[in-house]
Amino acid sequence: MEERTLYTVTVFSENRVGLLNQISIIFNRRQLNIETLSVSPSALRGIHKFTITTYTDHDTIEKVVAQIDKRVDILKAYYNTDSELVYQEIALYKVSTNALLKLGSIESLIRQHNITILEITDNSVVFQKTGLYDETQRLFDELQQSIGVLQFIRSGRVAITRSKVERLSDMLEQIEKIRERKSKHA
Amino acid sequence: MKVKQMKGSYALFESLLAEKVDTIFGYPGGSIIPVYDALYDYTDRINHILVRHEQAAAHAAEGYARVSGKVGVALVTSGPGATNTITGIADAMMDNTPIVVIAGQVATTALGSDAFQETDLVGVTQPVTKWSYQIRRPEDIPWAVSRAFYIAQSGRPGPVVLDLTKNAQTGICDFSYQKTEFIRSYIPDPEIDKEVIEQAAHIINAAKKPFALIGQGVILANAEKEVKQMLEKANIPAATTLMGLSAISSKHPLNKGMLGMHGNLGPNMKTNECDVLIAIGMRFSDRVTGKLATYAKQAKVIHFDIDQSEIGKNVKVTLGVLGNIKESVPMVTDLLTEQRHDDWIKSFEPLERKEHDKVLLKEVEEAKGPIHMGEVIAKISEATGHKAVLVTDVGQNQIIAARYFKYTKTRSLVTSGGLGTMGFCLPAAMGAKLGAPSRTIFAVCGDGGFQMTVEELGTILQSQIGIKIILLNNNKLGMVRQWQKLFWQRRYSFTDMINPNFNTIADAYGIRNRMVNKREEIDDAIADMMKDDKAFLLVVNTEPDVMVYPMTPAGDDVTNVLLEESSK
Repeated sequence: MEERTLYTVTVFSENRVGLLNQISIIFNRRQLNIETLSVSPSALRGIHKFTITTYTDHDTIEKVVAQIDKRVDILKAYYNTDSELVYQEIALYKVSTNALLKLGSIESLIRQHNITILEITDNSVVFQKTGLYDETQRLFDELQQSIGVLQFIRSGRVAITRSKVERLSDMLEQIEKIRERKSKHA
Repeated sequence: MKVKQMKGSYALFESLLAEKVDTIFGYPGGSIIPVYDALYDYTDRINHILVRHEQAAAHAAEGYARVSGKVGVALVTSGPGATNTITGIADAMMDNTPIVVIAGQVATTALGSDAFQETDLVGVTQPVTKWSYQIRRPEDIPWAVSRAFYIAQSGRPGPVVLDLTKNAQTGICDFSYQKTEFIRSYIPDPEIDKEVIEQAAHIINAAKKPFALIGQGVILANAEKEVKQMLEKANIPAATTLMGLSAISSKHPLNKGMLGMHGNLGPNMKTNECDVLIAIGMRFSDRVTGKLATYAKQAKVIHFDIDQSEIGKNVKVTLGVLGNIKESVPMVTDLLTEQRHDDWIKSFEPLERKEHDKVLLKEVEEAKGPIHMGEVIAKISEATGHKAVLVTDVGQNQIIAARYFKYTKTRSLVTSGGLGTMGFCLPAAMGAKLGAPSRTIFAVCGDGGFQMTVEELGTILQSQIGIKIILLNNNKLGMVRQWQKLFWQRRYSFTDMINPNFNTIADAYGIRNRMVNKREEIDDAIADMMKDDKAFLLVVNTEPDVMVYPMTPAGDDVTNVLLEESSK
């Protein structure tokens, strides 16, 4: 059995109902757990981008991505390992205002973790931290041990490849060639 | 472009006519009544076959598509009507059969409310369709139908579901039709890489013991001639998968038979001896490869396929030739040198003789005692000079029929290869008859599968579908029993059947029939069956203890072939 690695799968699709289901079915069939998921409109109008992370081996991810790629409404699917990507996650933490004030070392906490404060009320403070999984987790652990965390949420990964342009543009170029070839035949 | 105003239900039929649909298999119900109402005005142009169960509509559409090469169409209502087609849809997905299933759906205002006969059909069918789409507005009907037909039959074919809400059927729209020729997110025929073609030719030219595996992809691509030319030019022996049977004539000297679990001895043994394995339009199913770890490890593997995700999926390949094989195969053939591999081809012969002596003699040529299934199949194949279409059910009947039938024309075997759907035979044979009216259609089934869709005798009666049904009856669920016997210590758990009088059932449906118990009666009964072109049920009571050999046990090395019980 090959070693399991965290892969980031990027999927570009038409903006149509039910696409997420089509993609998740393929993960289900191979018993792959989706670690994180992020969906949003891409830089190209009308095209949606899914960023999915999952632990598996190289052989499996290759097959899974090929099977996603061949779905009719999917424009292109890729996979990458961490070294090929620049990526980020965002996390929000709600803590008690009282407990935080009693902690006393707020300034060093904020400097150390590069925290942004989003909201302060009499009862609670909301921190925002962007970073890698380990970094957002470290802050969570620290807060949980010292003053307790009332609420916590972490986003899915968003990622950009280290290559110059989105690889979808190559794909779209190729599609345009096919369209031209077809219209010549017609 | 001509624009006409009409109801969605009429737009559906105008769209189907634009796709040259002339046959539909269907069953009405509440959510599809508006479409059936419109159909009342199209009966001069569209032949609607009223089936007795929606599963049969899907299988009939499959049978129709498989023999004709056209898209099969099924029309059903929402909820249970739609879910009943799912076995057929899944079957079509596994075997790459182009069908379009059009199902009614509750009105958009009722969607998600658990309305009467509402099922999330798109959600349910997404894993087993090439594309499934809910039509919510009448004006989307022509667009969706056009896309459905394009997707179903282009590239690697497959089933498409259209979920048609009631208000889309009854609403008014401007109708104009444009055939789909391009979808930007879908590349059905990937461009062929000339460098890869050269590499393929180079490998094949250097081969001393090449061996070709032919799958159904060759039939789907209409590339039978192109593949034959390649085999002949480079003198390459070949074998077909179950689904690839009839892509090359059984009589062709380079055709060495069938691969797989119950395939011929030669092809399976030679898979692990050849130096170059050339797979064309096949997908290395587990029933073909057995244990992957020891499969063709000595060979360079070249895989021709139109689907990128198939290349390297099960068997690691030396070279994947992506593209439509109708184009890629002749491109390679052009670069091949004319070769002779006489010694290599001759080396199949001892294995053929061994299989003949150990299996064929007992099953067909010198069968003794109770009737054997194989001898019946050999005789019906002869009855049409090996020109008929064989439709099988699943199990021993399927394997024996596929093995002992001879194929001289392409598109002559309709069987459920991937999904292994019992009950497939009768409805698929009906569809096949509608798809190829001038051909003889033999529907070969066992007593188990026959009873799974026996209600379709009603369809055969009503629509006068002249299929020849051969029921190989041994009152057993034979293939499961065979496994119980070989691998489960003869613990025959629920594989005995107490069966009705099948001839009386045929009588009730007005279908001419015979029962045969003795070898001497077979010829006369077949002659009687072939006397006219009407439906006929031939019940053949066969030996109870049927065992299909050769057999490679599931997951075993492809060369570990059992030829008889004691050879284990």
